[in-house]
Amino acid sequence: MKSLAELQAIREKMKNTMSMRDEDASGIRVVVGMATCGIAAGARPVLNEFAKLVQEKGLSDRVKVSQTGCIGLCQYEPIVEVFEPGREKVTYIKMDAQKAAEVVERHLEAGHVVEKYTMAKSGLK
Amino acid sequence: MTEISLNVLDVAENSTRAGASLVTILVDVDTAADTLTVTIRDDGCGMTPEQVSRVTDPFFTTRTTRKVGLGVPFFKMAAEATGGSFSITSAVGEGTDVKAVFGLSSIDRMPLGDISTTIQNLIIYHPESDFLYRYTYDGRSFTLDTRELREILGGIPLDTPEVAQYIMEYLTENKSETDGGAVI
Repeated sequence: MKSLAELQAIREKMKNTMSMRDEDASGIRVVVGMATCGIAAGARPVLNEFAKLVQEKGLSDRVKVSQTGCIGLCQYEPIVEVFEPGREKVTYIKMDAQKAAEVVERHLEAGHVVEKYTMAKSGLK
Repeated sequence: MTEISLNVLDVAENSTRAGASLVTILVDVDTAADTLTVTIRDDGCGMTPEQVSRVTDPFFTTRTTRKVGLGVPFFKMAAEATGGSFSITSAVGEGTDVKAVFGLSSIDRMPLGDISTTIQNLIIYHPESDFLYRYTYDGRSFTLDTRELREILGGIPLDTPEVAQYIMEYLTENKSETDGGAVI
């Protein structure tokens, strides 16, 4: 059985670096819809892909991945909203893990909205 | 929903939205009794008797973004389709208790699925709630209590990448040792 003792070691390692990880108000927020509709449509792999890649690519300091409930557009789930200070909110619809990886690379890293997956592009309002 | 664990993710979400400070999730596999029992208990705001009586009605919800509430009805249907049972009790100001019993060997039972990821997701995306998770397989069990984790971690948040990874490893390794890697 894995024990809690290992957690003590993580604490020792982390306690000196924590002050640098304070939330950055100017950061990007990636919000994944995780209500019944989102989960049933496959939101969990999308959420986990975003979380994994943001961590792997070292974007954690400026990108925060979180989840929300139903925003009332259930037929377009999984829905991902990207909030970036000074820019209009971008809503990606019918996402999957592969599309999430593309959004991380092109939008979160390079700053270009992946138009083809947005709600605006699909003509839906 | 394709997995029981996704139902757990969804229904436990209601507990966090109800302002629960502690959400207890018990998954108990009993091969002799041929049951898989899931209990989700919280100390959130609870429901009135009228709300409880309507909560399994798909066309009832307290939400305002849409007119249907499918989470609990899906969970109930999934359990009852296996010859199992479903119950929900609640009291305003005290909390809610949801229990679903599945027929373990029923051909209509959906797989348990990735319960470890479900629990990890709940923990790291709901820092305002504590979670007590216990997984039991034929009497053997392990527990993860975020109150214990917080005590050890001091002020280090549970969603710190190193901690989140530790939680995932704790859940997967201990589950596999508890059930011997059984496919459920």
